Amino acid sequence: MTATAEPEVGKARLRKEDARLVTGRTRWTDNLTVPGLLHLAFLRSPVAHARITSIDVEAARRKPGVVAVFTGADIADAQGSLPCAWPVTADQKAPQAPSLAVDQVNFAGEAVAVVVARGKAQAHDALEAIDVDYDELPVVLDLTAAVADDSPLVHPDLGTNSSAHWVFDSAEAGTGGDVEQAIAEAEVLVERTYRQQRLIPAFMEPRSVLVDPTGEQTTVWSATQIPHILRLMLALTTGTPEHKLRVIAPDVGGGFGGKLQVTPEEVVALVVATRLGKPVKWTESRSESLLSAHHGRDQVQKLTLAARRDGTVTGLKVELLADMGAYLRLVSPGVPILGAFMFNAIYKFPAYRFACTNVFTTKTPTDAYRGAGRPEATYAIERLMDELAAELGRDPIELREQNWIKHDEFPFTTVCGLEYDTGNYEAATARAKEMFGYDELRAEQRERRERGDSVQLGIGTSTFTEMCGLAPSRVLGSLSYGAGGWEHAAIRMLPSGKVEVVTGSSAHGQGHETAWSQIVADQLGVPFEDVEVLHGDTQSSPRGLDTYGSRSLTVGAMAVLKAGEKVIRKARRIAAHMMECAEDDLEFAAGKFTVKGTERATALTDVALAVFAAHDLPDGVEPSLDSEATFDPENFSFPHGTHLCAVDVDTETGFVKIRKYVCVDDVGVVVNPIIVEGQVHGGLAQGLAQALYEEAVHDESGTLTTGTLADYLIPSAVDLPHFDTDRTETPATSNQLGVKGVGEAGTIASTPAVVNAVVDAVRHFGVNDIQMPCTPMRVWTAINGGPTDAGGLGSEAGGGLGSIDTSGGAA
Amino acid sequence: MIPAAFDYTAPSTVDEAVRALADAGEEAKVIAGGQSLIPVLRMRLAAPTTLVDIGRIPELRGIRDEGDALLIGATTTHYEVQRDPSVREHALLLKAATDTVADPQVRHRGTFGGAVAHADPAGDLLAPVLALDAELVLHGLEGPRTVAAADFFVDYFTTALRQDEILVGVRVPKHTGWGAHYEKFSRVAQAWSIVAVAAAVRVEGGVIAEARVGLTNMSSVPVRARAVESALVGQPATAEAIRAAAAHAAEGTSPTADGNADTAYRQHLARVLTSRAITAATGV
Ligand SMILES: Cc1cc2nc3c(=O)[nH]c(=O)nc-3n(C[C@H](O)[C@H](O)[C@H](O)COP(=O)(O)OP(=O)(O)OC[C@H]3O[C@@H](n4cnc5c(N)ncnc54)[C@H](O)[C@@H]3O)c2cc1C
Repeated sequence: MTATAEPEVGKARLRKEDARLVTGRTRWTDNLTVPGLLHLAFLRSPVAHARITSIDVEAARRKPGVVAVFTGADIADAQGSLPCAWPVTADQKAPQAPSLAVDQVNFAGEAVAVVVARGKAQAHDALEAIDVDYDELPVVLDLTAAVADDSPLVHPDLGTNSSAHWVFDSAEAGTGGDVEQAIAEAEVLVERTYRQQRLIPAFMEPRSVLVDPTGEQTTVWSATQIPHILRLMLALTTGTPEHKLRVIAPDVGGGFGGKLQVTPEEVVALVVATRLGKPVKWTESRSESLLSAHHGRDQVQKLTLAARRDGTVTGLKVELLADMGAYLRLVSPGVPILGAFMFNAIYKFPAYRFACTNVFTTKTPTDAYRGAGRPEATYAIERLMDELAAELGRDPIELREQNWIKHDEFPFTTVCGLEYDTGNYEAATARAKEMFGYDELRAEQRERRERGDSVQLGIGTSTFTEMCGLAPSRVLGSLSYGAGGWEHAAIRMLPSGKVEVVTGSSAHGQGHETAWSQIVADQLGVPFEDVEVLHGDTQSSPRGLDTYGSRSLTVGAMAVLKAGEKVIRKARRIAAHMMECAEDDLEFAAGKFTVKGTERATALTDVALAVFAAHDLPDGVEPSLDSEATFDPENFSFPHGTHLCAVDVDTETGFVKIRKYVCVDDVGVVVNPIIVEGQVHGGLAQGLAQALYEEAVHDESGTLTTGTLADYLIPSAVDLPHFDTDRTETPATSNQLGVKGVGEAGTIASTPAVVNAVVDAVRHFGVNDIQMPCTPMRVWTAINGGPTDAGGLGSEAGGGLGSIDTSGGAA
Repeated sequence: MIPAAFDYTAPSTVDEAVRALADAGEEAKVIAGGQSLIPVLRMRLAAPTTLVDIGRIPELRGIRDEGDALLIGATTTHYEVQRDPSVREHALLLKAATDTVADPQVRHRGTFGGAVAHADPAGDLLAPVLALDAELVLHGLEGPRTVAAADFFVDYFTTALRQDEILVGVRVPKHTGWGAHYEKFSRVAQAWSIVAVAAAVRVEGGVIAEARVGLTNMSSVPVRARAVESALVGQPATAEAIRAAAAHAAEGTSPTADGNADTAYRQHLARVLTSRAITAATGV
């Protein structure tokens, strides 16, 4: 029962949850079963845009093991419309979003019918017996064409493919100058159009949902990031009373925003289970996941940066087209808006304008994907800063420094009106340059360029910041988001001295159990091992807003800390009673209340036992130390960092090899360096993958051609470089822990660092842009004077499994 | 996804396997390591009614020295090919190519014969088999027959195998003392070749005496770069000579365009990679 001597916070502890997560000996949704379980299989539209003229399910109903088959029409009354919680403008246009299409399909992969069968294989077999007639409509694939007057419409009843037009203008907001004037007066203008390709979150554990309606409450197990939001949304969507629903997110194998969703399959599973009165389960296949789970990114960014000849930036104008896909899902419209305040990044732009049009296309809906809006913004500005440096013949880091907020200028109110609390861009950059060997690499680059080496060295910089810790509820309100941004926690002191921490922040691989335990062990002075973290079940952790937007530590753990303070406050009164002294005479440290200036002490855990017995408590004190707290942040937090990337570009083939990657991140106070390191590595891998490998491609009929992991290329460890990581630590002042969040940093920062390096390597061939992903063919074509978006990823699949696809099976 | 239902049989001799195939008719399929077939079944791109598992036929597995050739049994795994000392000594090109196939898990399950019979134009073992003038040993109801590699690969995923035949082994003439290299170009390590070049050369006194060059994914079947081979023979083993010869690599090819490469880029890659493969094979 001795308190730990060494502080837990800051300790590089191995994660307590890893043994079960890594071995898979745990409760993933698909591992669960209940008596009488039936299985679902979804029939999905093979065409992108069509009217359904008929669906014949009679033959499927007669297949072995089939219990029922439902079409959209069969459950039209019960399924409601899938929720969108973020109407970004008052006049936003939103179509009805049925879980099972009723009379029209709007993307290839949209569910049109569901089979319920005794066995999973039987359910899949029966899909083949369903006969659907489609009357095809023209597809809408290209963002720019979609907003032209003559474009066919995805949803003709809306009269337009534009869902919403959202503007922030610093002159109108009174937070800065007029960008048009800055552009008119600019000595230098950098104008570019960048494409944020469509990505697929590709979490490791496929989505899975099990609904058991046989109790008084209906229980929904789902591989979701958002059990609390899901419960409310399922209730609102289907009309099931909220208190009759219990949602459990057991261990969840990754999400990256891809499981920040209320999915059609979850709604259908609930509706079907309720209608049949029997438990049902659905688990998707990998191809089903790539096709139908929401996608991310997909923007066209038209950018104008104004500057003076001396390198000082004077204005930034951003015009975005953002692809919503066929429907607005949970927070689709808000994703590009989350980037609105980040294009100005760490720089002192005096004037800024951001305008975004959200556009419907006949593709899989888009929504949050790691970074959500902020990677897109960071990419744009960090690419532009390199372009401005090239234009002016300046060193890109020096140019950034000229324009960034100096460490002694914090707190700093940006041109968007955000207040950055702390930061030290000089320190992070100095450290990164030193680790990278920046000057030596620049010298080598010059030497190799002069020599005409067939492999050219390129150096890319990204000095990023992000706003995370979503979010102050009042700010979300001002952005028309449908909920708040608080988080809830509770602490339960057990009589044996153990502690249960209940958190509304439901982890799906991040390591909350370890980090929360470290924080609570320090705060309450109990051993790390004595803390159990409970999450992901609306019955045991009844309130919460879940895990996304790097919010868990900054908001969720803050709620835990606040609950702990209440525990100590309650215990203090009882301890004073036990030791017959005044509350003010007690000091609490290392798990003990000590009478000041004496050796007399009582442990918190002894107080917990005394409270359990309740034999002798002060008058009017209830026999419980248990406490809960709900924390609403005052401000966002602003992690930052400097990432430097060196690439070798083989000019004969266009192949890019990352030679060196250095990042120095400032995520504020670090609770567990191993967890931070893991988040950074994973984030970097995803960010590099956007730069070099990943792209969801549709052919001209709207079919996803990157529908397997043989075609949608995710790098493995061998494709990634060694990461040299370090940190500077400027504590956040916006929260007591001083933490800033690290879940998205690597993803946000790394993409422009890599592309900047690739462009830098071949700039002397007259190249100033290469479209992502920088595939060998695109790089080679750009070097040889071709278009920088050359080749695209064509509409046909590549070799391997993909080529099986086009040939219709092995001979 | 889940494959459609099928019958399964696991015979213990080649004769039984051939009989099982014939009995099951048109819709029967051989399964070896399953690394290509299982994905096809799971995606329901094919729905054979019977699978004949040849994984339990001892005579199909292992590598035999036949004097002037190695006979590699069809169900010998990629892993076994990689580790075999006689392959390293007499057919180094095959080892070099096998090293680039997929990842360790796949190489432990996937078989040499399966890769050859599957005849994916992006597969890495076809060009080496062709370049080394290997013979394919097939066995059907009418007994065994031998087909030259050049006649075996017919089209995308299509070979000279008849419905009742299985591939029992590949006879690879020994190329003892030859230098060899397989130059694979793919976007990530664990991916199929966009283009790859298989090169084996015999250098005598600084001069290239013989050369064999095969190209992966430059056509619906593996192709021999004959013009390169003849341009090399008799040349000094120098970088310039090799580069000049490699310039012929794409002659007569008309590769497909796909997401990773259009026709012109593929042809360009063939030239660059051929030069690199031969350079590495000769140790220049
Ligand atoms: C993730 C992954 C990555 C891969 N990457 C590569 C790569 O980079 N390069 C590469 O070359 N390959 C790659 N492959 C394919 C791999 O090489 C397979 O092992 C090989 O293609 C098939 O061998 P198998 O034994 O698994 O055959 P199976 O999958 O069992 O069979 C494949 C086909 O061949 C037929 N067949 C098999 N054996 C015989 C026989 N003896 N006689 C007649 N017909 C037969 C089957 O009927 C079937 O049509 C990859 C596979 C995977 C899963």
